[in-house]
Amino acid sequence: MRLIDRLPRPLVVFFTVIGPGFITAMVDNDAGGIYTYSQAGAMFGYMLLWTLPPIALLLVVTQEMNARMGAVTGKGLSDLIREEFGLRTTFGLMALLVVANLTNVMANFAGVASALELFRVSRYVSVPLAAAAVWFLVVKGTYDSVEKIFLMACVTYIAYVIAAVLINPDWEASALASVRPVFSWDPAYVMLVVGLVGTSVAPWMQFYLQAAVVEKGITVKDYAESRIEVIVGCVVMIAVAFFIIVACAAGIWSHGPREITSATDAATALRPFGEYAYLLFSAGLLNASLFAASILPLSTAYSVCEGLGFESGVNKRFREAPVFYWLYTGLIVVGAAVVLVPGFPLVRMILLAQVVNGILLPFVLIFMLRLVNNAGLMREWTNSRFYNVIAWTAVVVLIGMTVILLGATLREMYFPNARAVIELTP
Amino acid sequence: MASNLLFLTELMGMRVCDVKGRRLGRIRDACLAPRVDKVRIDQFLVGGEWNWWIARHDQISSISLDGIRLRDEQLVPYHDDVWTLRMARDLLDKQIIDAKGRKVVRVNDITFELNRAGDHDELWVLEVDVGMRSVVRRLCQGILPPRLVRRLMVRIAPNSIPWEFCNIIEPDPQRRLRLNIDLKGLEDIHPADLADIVEELSHEGREAVFETIDSEVAAETLSEVEDTKTQAAILESLDADRAADIVGEMSPDEAADVLAEMEESSSEAILEEMEAEEKTDVEELLGFDEKSAGGLMNSEFIAAPEGGTVADALRIVRENEEHVDTLTHVFLVDGDGRLTGSLPVGRLLLVEPTALLKPLAGADDVVSVPVAARHTRVAELVDKYNLMALPVVDEAGALVGVVTADDVISMLRQD
Repeated sequence: MRLIDRLPRPLVVFFTVIGPGFITAMVDNDAGGIYTYSQAGAMFGYMLLWTLPPIALLLVVTQEMNARMGAVTGKGLSDLIREEFGLRTTFGLMALLVVANLTNVMANFAGVASALELFRVSRYVSVPLAAAAVWFLVVKGTYDSVEKIFLMACVTYIAYVIAAVLINPDWEASALASVRPVFSWDPAYVMLVVGLVGTSVAPWMQFYLQAAVVEKGITVKDYAESRIEVIVGCVVMIAVAFFIIVACAAGIWSHGPREITSATDAATALRPFGEYAYLLFSAGLLNASLFAASILPLSTAYSVCEGLGFESGVNKRFREAPVFYWLYTGLIVVGAAVVLVPGFPLVRMILLAQVVNGILLPFVLIFMLRLVNNAGLMREWTNSRFYNVIAWTAVVVLIGMTVILLGATLREMYFPNARAVIELTP
Repeated sequence: MASNLLFLTELMGMRVCDVKGRRLGRIRDACLAPRVDKVRIDQFLVGGEWNWWIARHDQISSISLDGIRLRDEQLVPYHDDVWTLRMARDLLDKQIIDAKGRKVVRVNDITFELNRAGDHDELWVLEVDVGMRSVVRRLCQGILPPRLVRRLMVRIAPNSIPWEFCNIIEPDPQRRLRLNIDLKGLEDIHPADLADIVEELSHEGREAVFETIDSEVAAETLSEVEDTKTQAAILESLDADRAADIVGEMSPDEAADVLAEMEESSSEAILEEMEAEEKTDVEELLGFDEKSAGGLMNSEFIAAPEGGTVADALRIVRENEEHVDTLTHVFLVDGDGRLTGSLPVGRLLLVEPTALLKPLAGADDVVSVPVAARHTRVAELVDKYNLMALPVVDEAGALVGVVTADDVISMLRQD
């Protein structure tokens, strides 16, 4: 008997309703997500909350585009890019995707390390164990049943909602900050904005979601349900982000803005839970990290192999699909090994990975937009003007921010004293 | 690497010169006219300064890595031709089915054989290249000199599919006809393997395969497709009469399962097109709950009168030869069609044709299950009594169908 048959009935109903869209959104709150939102709250209080509504909009728009492309064509994103733009373009994009996803895999192993270091488990024990577990979980085909556990464990995010309420934050300020954009040339600020977008609308999600929609055999006929599920997933995900930021703003920033550099700092936000704060934070972070670490290397290996025309699939033997297995194993091994380098700054690297995501995102978006507006491919299912306006605006804004980020970082390097000072009053 | 080979990546962008050696333009594509010749490149598309020209194969004088020389420069302007397959546009980067390796592959490059035909050079399509070598070749082409690329390639193991095993996926049925794409090569693949291939294809790829291949093979393949939802989606994408042909070839229990999964309007349209006898069988099964013995069973079985002889039973078997693939038992029924016994077919072969059936079957009660029984009960009985075929009876005890062990295995795997 399978695990799902033993669950209480309401939970079973829940799991039959959820599909690729919801799962993708849940994986999206990985170690990178948790730390980026925590950092945003701890360093800038409620100030960055205004980014969430536009991010939510962008998230829904991109995810819906992917689900639609998958349902209409029955092809994955990398397949479509290959067929429409040729091998060289696909190769370049895949190379970038591998780099970005490798940093994400690394970020999630760093998440494992930092979650367990709270309990004094050495990263030299936790990370190799986690890497081996993830590898076997997927290759031996037991991942499907474990996915349900990962999903259920996502309820630990509710801890942030409770913490945010108990800690009695300034709801008026947070409501106001959610609709009032604040701009700053501070590189740390720009970097966090790019990171927030990058972690919420991560490039790997576009490939993963579309592949999952195709895999599930969703067609145009049952696409309407899929769309609802995608939207619900995105809303839940953004709500979690909102409460993490608020909890960190009230729990950390109101006592003086500071940069989070360790899991101990980040767990402070859950202080209302007293001695259980560490446990809750650690459990949530560990689950999120393992969940994403199981999906990311696999999704990357699939995207790359499909785009470049190599055989792929965990049901194939090593000899049949060597590129697939090497890439998959390589991503896990390298991602885990980097974290073990002595003195590796876990939290800083996790945040940096999200910035890499944010920089790659507009380029993935450009390809998606050209595909989804191709009537030969999508027939009557091309984008509406509303969608195109939002998506192209995001592309322009994101590229603009990347340029600003680059400029700000360069200025920081050459004129360290010219850093703009922004007011940080609680 | 033999020097009489040429790759599409090398051909693309190759310089074309006229009789006097003046440059006319570069190669933009190569076209095959399958109705004229299955392997010889029929036309070369030359991109000039303003537009594209067609260079017919007999206008070419020589082809080499240094370029193409024409012997007749009366070129016609290019217009899209429905009778030709453009190598770069229609084949490169697209998925095709490799009938020999039984898998879906993506075309990275195409290998031509360079042949001297009398006084001019011709290109014959030899292989479709997949795998690492062709990926690297394409990435390097145009960046490094062609001869250096060729030297580098020697180090990487080749991976190519002979042209005759390549099955092109063309969604437009009219174009399939014009390009002579019959997908006959797929019909020799085992239906279970073909089902795996089909599951990897896009929606229109699946449609193309099921529209083109023989309906009997299509039915067997569809039965092997893992998920009933996918099966239903495939049938829904086809014309109702084509879908009816395929459903008619399927065993009634499987046909009923697929139709039950479809929307009512589509399944009715298919039933409408089916032949009367098959239609009644399937409709009867559609009436049962999917999760009951009635939903699992097949209404095709062989029943002999209990008073008959072995010769009678064998005659009935011969008259129903279409069931022979799944035949394991002959069931005995009384005058009212009530089940009274069951005989393994093998037993019939061991005794004299004149022997009576009833004593052969023995006096033991035959294990059966009512149509309304839950499917878990069916699995239990099959497991407990080690049955290959479990008869299903109605309220009056009349035999109405048979659940075979493979139905039970598929059911257990789906749960």
